[in-house]
Amino acid sequence: MDRDRRALSVGGVATVAVPVAFLAAFFAWPLVAILERSLAGDGTVDLPHDVLTRRSTLEVAWFTLWQAVVSTALTLVAALPLAWALARFSFRGRSLVEALVLVPFVLPTVVVATAFLALLPDGVERTVWAILLAHVFFNVAIVVRIVGAFWAGLDPSLDDAAATLGASPYRRHRLVTAPLLAPAVAAAASIVFLFCFTSFGVIVVLGGIRYATLEVEIYNQAARLFDLRAAAALALLQLAAVAATVLVSGRLERRLGGARTRRGPAPRPTGRDRVRVGLAVGCSLALLALPPLALVVRSFRVADGYGLDHYASLLDETPALLVVPWHAILNSLLFAGAATAIALMVGVLAAVAVARGRRGLDALLMLPLGASAAMLGFGFLLAFDDPPLDLRSSVLIVPIAQALVAIPFVVRSLVPALRAVEARLGEAAAVLGASPWQVRREIDLPLLARPLAVAAGLAFAVALGEFGATVFIARADWPTVPVSIFRFLGRPGADNVGTAMALSVTLMILVTAVALASERSLVGRPPR
Amino acid sequence: MRVAAVTLVAVAAVAVAGCGGGEDAPTEVVLLTHDSFAISKEVKVAFEKESGLTLRVLQGGDANETLNRALLTAGDPQGDVIFGIDDSVLSRALLEEYSSDGLEDVDPEYAGADDHVTPIDHGEVCLNVDRSWFADRGIDPPGTLEDLTQPRYRGLLVVENPATSSPGLSFLLATVDRFGEDGWEAYWQALRANGVLAVDGWEEAYTQEFSGAAGSPGKRPIVVSYATSPAAEVIFASKPLATATTAAVEDGCYRQVEYAGILRGAANEDGARALIDFMLSERFQAAVPGSMFVYPVRAGVALPEAFVEHAIIPENPLQLPADDIDENRDRWVARWTEIVVR
Repeated sequence: MDRDRRALSVGGVATVAVPVAFLAAFFAWPLVAILERSLAGDGTVDLPHDVLTRRSTLEVAWFTLWQAVVSTALTLVAALPLAWALARFSFRGRSLVEALVLVPFVLPTVVVATAFLALLPDGVERTVWAILLAHVFFNVAIVVRIVGAFWAGLDPSLDDAAATLGASPYRRHRLVTAPLLAPAVAAAASIVFLFCFTSFGVIVVLGGIRYATLEVEIYNQAARLFDLRAAAALALLQLAAVAATVLVSGRLERRLGGARTRRGPAPRPTGRDRVRVGLAVGCSLALLALPPLALVVRSFRVADGYGLDHYASLLDETPALLVVPWHAILNSLLFAGAATAIALMVGVLAAVAVARGRRGLDALLMLPLGASAAMLGFGFLLAFDDPPLDLRSSVLIVPIAQALVAIPFVVRSLVPALRAVEARLGEAAAVLGASPWQVRREIDLPLLARPLAVAAGLAFAVALGEFGATVFIARADWPTVPVSIFRFLGRPGADNVGTAMALSVTLMILVTAVALASERSLVGRPPR
Repeated sequence: MRVAAVTLVAVAAVAVAGCGGGEDAPTEVVLLTHDSFAISKEVKVAFEKESGLTLRVLQGGDANETLNRALLTAGDPQGDVIFGIDDSVLSRALLEEYSSDGLEDVDPEYAGADDHVTPIDHGEVCLNVDRSWFADRGIDPPGTLEDLTQPRYRGLLVVENPATSSPGLSFLLATVDRFGEDGWEAYWQALRANGVLAVDGWEEAYTQEFSGAAGSPGKRPIVVSYATSPAAEVIFASKPLATATTAAVEDGCYRQVEYAGILRGAANEDGARALIDFMLSERFQAAVPGSMFVYPVRAGVALPEAFVEHAIIPENPLQLPADDIDENRDRWVARWTEIVVR
């Protein structure tokens, strides 16, 4: 009863209305604009069913599906041991490892592909293996962060109780931990699946020209061949697949319910766990660190040995950009900061609504992840062409587009924890006579600090590394770092490649620093 | 409370009056162009001083993607001037007519079909070879397109996908022009039999597969790039180079002339004319090689030294009429995909 009353309050309405309005203005409207332009004939809708039944469409759809399933499975296998180690134990360098995990996530695909091509043995490049490996590399962060944040909040006393009752570690894991963890795993897996399903850069660069996902094919049809009808058909197919995924994963998460939460420091690993933690962290870091390391080495390589020349050139004028390269760093920070603020504002409200049972909102907010960036970009050009919303060439459009991609991460990071908070502690405190505000301040906020830090860090990282939409809408006098890297890599000459590498390393350092700082400021120093 | 509301309204009214201002003269001109467009700060500032306008540049993918973006927003364009298009019927339909005085100084061989388009620069897509790779092995680098099908050049060539890359398309067009409708398919079948590698874009081909690019992990010594790429290797070398490490092959080069035009419905048509005039001026034309690695169309403009020494301007480049390309491109590219990729 208490819950019903809350849902009807002004605040309750805002938690739904704000995210829905944001989505309607910046997602639904442009999408409808481009679909209308593509499919509306003289007063009729021209249904492109012939495109959908083409043999080439079916082949592309099948490849898109199976590579996404396999990539997601491999990512879970690679990420869960690390998530376990980071969630259950405290050890020296833990927060650094947590921050480093985010690095692959923000690197532009062009840069990672360059590093991968340099590292992969001959014969692996331009195969499906290169694609799968890169997808794992990119997405480990999502699983570690989302599952890790939830895992850290699980009450270990259940596990301990089972151990006391004589359950083997395997039985404990299967019967106690796994069911409790499942909602977070489902939440993370569905995001990874969507990312792989709509993969673009990795497929184009590492897969070569033999492989195409729906997203790649939509881009080809829309931006290159200007066959908007075919592009719209494929975009609708992709959106339908994404919506189905979101619904299924939502159902899965719901069935699996909430979990108990724990407060207090994690223990240091002891005995056999020391070895396990060491193995989990060591193996993951080896996979995650190798490509970035290759970039670091290349950023220092100059004609006769190693030096700082490429970093110095960040301060010089260049024909590749309209601004001095270090301005791009400022732009990136500014845009990503604004995008994070927007994403947190919209995302926190949405997460509260979702945690209170408005599950449809969660599904809605996931949809932008599955919309084709090319079609959405075209939609922006059509929809925002009149004042007061002539955003087509405004700098504002960049953080808005980045926020659209970042919001699902905020929601997904917060919902499992919010649900646990809502379900247990709030009720207990209310029974004990605490006012709703007291409950928020004394109980919810401290418990939510960590997931909030995770959400902010993820949102910032997503915004910082966003390339597909940004390159489409960014003004040439306001380039971001990924866009600048792309511009430098597009020009011949060792110095241009070197500057691109220096910018990539700068991007990695930025995201690591911001992830560390956001965690420290919200959570305080980790207990020793 | 009421006082606050009145004040708010008053402030808002002043603000609206202050920035609304009715039909002020436009203060900026917007250039819609492709990703390869570049302009130095000095040249940009020179234009802004001369015209009293701020120049804003919007980049929208490669040349083809930029044109499609303009087609999508036809009549209500994102910018005033579009640069980097060809002179096909399709592009001309987007544009207002304009005949700049600067055209008098332009070499007539670059002129467009009519007054809708203004030529600005020309680039040449040419085979590039890694000189030291061939020197080390005592093999002569290929001299003609036909050479590439010979067994001694087996597995050495990397090209770009014409469906996704502008130099890739140019090279395909070069082969169509050279071998004709009846012969180009057989030529590509021979190239495939001889181990040609096709990748998605110029970046992958040149910086990752071509052995001659500085810092490249590539192993193939022949690539489809530009006539000016060897000069770029010299200019952007980490340490001064006495001779170029790569060379462009004179035979089989394909010429792309890049045009500019005033978009129909431009917000600032006067500014658009001023910008096109400026793009034909000595100042802009002289800066074209250094910033975009293409050649000026204006006669008598001196080239930078590195270009004189290391880049070539092919005598008789291959070239197809823009309307032929428009009509047949999709068919040629689809056929190429069947031959080379499947």
